[in-house]
Amino acid sequence: MQNVYLWIVLAPLCGAVITGLFGPKIGRSRSHLVAISGVAISFLLSLVVVYQHILNGAAPYDSTVYTWMTIEGICLKIGFLVDNLTAVMICTVTFISLMVHIYTVGYMQDDDGYQRFFSYISLFTFAMLMLVMANNFLQLFFGWEGVGLVSYLLIGFWYKRESAIYASFKAFLVNRVGDFGFLLGIAAVLMACNSIDYAEVFIAAPMIARSTIQIIPGVDWSLMTLICILLFIGAMGKSAQVPLHVWLPDSMEGPTPISALIHAATMVTAGIFMVARMSPLFELSETALSFILVIGSVTALFMGFLGIIQNDIKRVIAYSTLSQLGYMTAALGVSAYPAAIFHLMTHAFFKALLFLGAGSVIIAMHHEQDIRKMGGIWKQMPITWFTFLIGTLSLVGVPGFSGFYSKDSILEAVYASHISSASFAYFSMILGVFVTSFYSFRLYFTVFHGETHIQEHLHETPLVVTIPLILLSIPSVVIGAITIEPLLFDTGFGSSVFVAPDHNVLGHLELVFHNSISFGLHGLIGLPFFLVLAGFGAAFYLYLIKQELPELIKQRFYKIYNVMDHKYFFDEIYQLFFVHCGQKLGTVLWKFGDAGLIDGLLVNGSAQLVVWFASMVRRLQSGYLYTYAFAMIIGLLIFLTWFITTH
Amino acid sequence: MGFEKYMFYLFSCTLIFSAVRVITARNSVHAVLFLVLTFFTSAALWLLIEAEFLAITMVLVYVGAVMVLFLFVVMMLDINVITRGGLIKYLPVGSAVATVIVIEMMLVVTGSGYFNSAKYRFIPHTTDYSNAEELGSILYTFYVYPFEIASIILLVAIIAAISLTLRRRLDTKSQNLNQQIQFSKSNRVQLIKLAAEREPS
Amino acid sequence: MIALTDYLMLGVILFCIGMAGIFLNRKNVITMLMSIELILLSVNFNFIAFSRFLNDSVGQVFVFFILTVAAAESAIGLAILVVLFRQRRTINVTDFNTLKG
Repeated sequence: MQNVYLWIVLAPLCGAVITGLFGPKIGRSRSHLVAISGVAISFLLSLVVVYQHILNGAAPYDSTVYTWMTIEGICLKIGFLVDNLTAVMICTVTFISLMVHIYTVGYMQDDDGYQRFFSYISLFTFAMLMLVMANNFLQLFFGWEGVGLVSYLLIGFWYKRESAIYASFKAFLVNRVGDFGFLLGIAAVLMACNSIDYAEVFIAAPMIARSTIQIIPGVDWSLMTLICILLFIGAMGKSAQVPLHVWLPDSMEGPTPISALIHAATMVTAGIFMVARMSPLFELSETALSFILVIGSVTALFMGFLGIIQNDIKRVIAYSTLSQLGYMTAALGVSAYPAAIFHLMTHAFFKALLFLGAGSVIIAMHHEQDIRKMGGIWKQMPITWFTFLIGTLSLVGVPGFSGFYSKDSILEAVYASHISSASFAYFSMILGVFVTSFYSFRLYFTVFHGETHIQEHLHETPLVVTIPLILLSIPSVVIGAITIEPLLFDTGFGSSVFVAPDHNVLGHLELVFHNSISFGLHGLIGLPFFLVLAGFGAAFYLYLIKQELPELIKQRFYKIYNVMDHKYFFDEIYQLFFVHCGQKLGTVLWKFGDAGLIDGLLVNGSAQLVVWFASMVRRLQSGYLYTYAFAMIIGLLIFLTWFITTH
Repeated sequence: MGFEKYMFYLFSCTLIFSAVRVITARNSVHAVLFLVLTFFTSAALWLLIEAEFLAITMVLVYVGAVMVLFLFVVMMLDINVITRGGLIKYLPVGSAVATVIVIEMMLVVTGSGYFNSAKYRFIPHTTDYSNAEELGSILYTFYVYPFEIASIILLVAIIAAISLTLRRRLDTKSQNLNQQIQFSKSNRVQLIKLAAEREPS
Repeated sequence: MIALTDYLMLGVILFCIGMAGIFLNRKNVITMLMSIELILLSVNFNFIAFSRFLNDSVGQVFVFFILTVAAAESAIGLAILVVLFRQRRTINVTDFNTLKG
C-alpha cells in the first residue's frame, strides 16, 4: 500500500519536472499529455485510497518513508499519514487539479509559457499532496511553503505585467506573515512536546493542556492557547482570513485556471485542513476556538459585503471565496471539523466550477473581465451558462444542491454551539447567507441576462474548456446529498479528528438528522432558504427590472461605498504602517546602523585603530642599534627588579 | 690589609678607570689603547687568583692578536675625530639605568651572603701546582670535542673575514665557474642560414 | 683574603660599563665592538672566580672557549665594519638608520 501513497505524490512531481525541464524540447501536446497523465494517475490512486479507507474502513496508515536526520531525538523525516481526512482531501485536490489541467489546454493555448504553466500546476499538486499526506510538522511546513511558492510563481505568471508582479509579491509577503506565526507555533509545539511527529504530539498534548508559559515576565499565558493561536495565524495567512486576507483579491491577476485551482479549491483550504488535522490540539483550548470563530464569522460577513460592489467577474468570485472560507473557519471554531471539511470539499467543486465558468466567459469575451460590459449571453454560451447557474445555486445553498448540505450543517452547528461569541457568529453567518445570495445572483444576472452591452456574437468555448465545467457540475449537485451522512455522522472522519465531549455540536445535529432527503426538505422551510430567496429577489429587482437603482443607491450612500470600494482601507493601513515604517526603519538602519556604525566605526574604525596603533609602535623601530640594545637592557632591568623584590 | 688585597684594589681601580675611558675616549686610538690596558689589568687580577694559564693566554692571544687587529682597523679607517654630540642629552638617563642595574646586580650578588658561605673557599695551591697541566689534562680528554669545534669556529672566522673584505683587482682575469655553468646553447650559439654563394669562376 | 663577592662585583661593574658603552655612544661603531669585548671580559671574570672558589677547572676551560669565540667574533665584526665603511664612508652610528620603520 505504501507504493500507492508514494505514487500519488510522485506522479505529479514527475509531470512537473519533465514538463518544466524538457518542455520546450518535447513540444506542447506532449507536455500537456505528460502533465495531465501525471495528475490523472494521482487521481485514480486517490480514488483507490478513498475506497480502501472510507468505504472499506481500513485503519489509518502512519509510517515513515524516509528519515532525513535525527537531531537530539527529534526525527526529521518524510512520512505519510493516511486516514479518512487525508483521503477526502487528496481526492478533492487531485480531481480539481485534473480538471484544471484539462481546462488549461484550452485556456492557455495562445500563451508562450504553456509548458511552464503545466509544470507549475503539477508542482503545486505535488506540494499540496505532500502537505495533506504529511505525518509530521516538518513535511507539513514543506508543503505549506511549497504551495506558497508556486502560488507566487503562478500569480506572477505573466511576469511582464506590473500589476501581476505586485500582486504576487503581496501574496507572498502576506503569506510570509502567516508563515511566521505558523513557524513560531511549530517551534512552540516542538518545545512543549519534544517532537514534531503528529502521533507523538497528539499523545503528549493532553498532558500539557494545563501548563502555562511566560513570554513577558510575570504574565502567564496558557501554552496550548498560544500554540493554537500561532498555528492559526498560519492558517489565517494561507486561508486568507481577516486581517491577512488582502492578497486574495489581488491574486486574480493570475490566469483563471490557477484562480480555480489554488485560490478556490486547494491552497486556501490548506489552513482549514491544518486546523482540522490539529483538532486534538485545538480542542484543548477554548480561547483559541473562540478566536477562530470570531475571525471566521467576521471574514464571512464583511468580505461578502465587498463582493456586492465588485465589477470584475473574477473579483466577485474571489470575495465569495473569502466569505466561504470564513464559513469554514467558523465551523472549525465551533469544533465541527467534519462540517468544515465537508464544506471545503463541496466548495472546492462549485467554486472551481464558477471560476472556470468565468474563465470560459473571459475567453469568449477575448479577455474582457468587466461585468458591466457583459450581459445577455446565455443564449450564445449555453453550456457555460447552465453550469454557471448550477454553481451559483450550489453556492448560495439552495436545498438539494451540495452547497446547501454543507452550509446548512455549519449553520446548525454554530447555532448549537455554546462557546463564547457563538451567537455573534450565528448572526453574522445568517446575514451572510443573504449577502452571498445577493452578490451571486447579481453576478449571474449581470453577466448572463439583462441587456447586452456586447456588439459581436460570442462563440461557446471549445470542448477542452467545457468538459471540465460539466464534470465539475455533477459533484456540485449530487455530492452533498450523497456524502453528508457517511462523512458527518457515521464513521465519517473517525479517529482523524478529535472532538471534546462538551464541544460536540455535530452530535446534537446527528440527533435530529434522519437522511439527506429529509434534511433537504427541512431546509426548504428554514430561515436560510428564505434569506436565499430574499437575496434572489433583491438581485432580480435591482439588476433586471430597475437597473438605474444601484447607481442611485451608490450615490446616496456614497461614504459607505467609498469605504467598501477601498476594501475597508486595509491596503492603505498596511501600506502606511508596515510598508512605510519598514522603509523608514530600513533607511535609518542603513544610514546610521550600517554605513555609520558598522562600516564607519567597526570596519573602518578598527582599521584606523590599527593604523594609529602601528604609528605609535613604529617609533620603536628607530633603525639604530643602540636603541634596540637599550630596549633589551630596560627589559633586563625590569626582570632584575622583579627578581629582587620578590625573593 | 694584606698585600694581596692591596694589589687587588689597585688593579681593580685601574681596571674600572680604563674601562670607563674606553667608552668615553674621544679619540678612537686612545679608546683601543685603554682597552689594552683593561686586558692587561685583568690578566694581573687573574694571576692573583692563580689562573695563570688564562692570564697569559689573555695577554698573548687577546691583546696580542685581537687588540692589534682593532688598532689596525682603527688606523686604517682614517676616522676623523668627531665632536661629541648627543652624548650629553642621553647621559642622564643612560647612566641612571646603568647605575640602577649595577646596584641591583650587587644586591643580588651580595644580598643573601650565599656567596660567602662555606662552599666557596679559596684554597691556595701548593708550589708544584701547574695550572696549565691541570687545564690540559681535562681539555684534551673530556672537552676535546668542543676544542675541535673551537678550531672550526676560528677557521670559519678566517674565511668569513677574508670573503667579506676581499676586493678583486679589476685587471686580473679569472674564471667565474658559476657563470660558465649557467650558459646554455641559446645564449651561445646562433644558427644563421646563408644562401650558398657561387665561387667567382 | 680576597672574597668571591669582590670578584663578582668587579664583573658586575665591568658588565654595566660595557652595557652603557653600547647605548651611550652615538658616534662610533668601534666603541660598540669594544664594549662587547668588555662584556665578554666581565663574564670571564665571573667564570674564573667561580671556578677557583669551587675548585673545579671546568670554568677555566670555558673561559678558554669564550676567548676563542670572542676572537673569532671580533674578527668578523671588524671585517663587516670595514666593508660598511667602504660602502658608507662613515662609521657614525646615527648614519645607519635605513631600517627605520
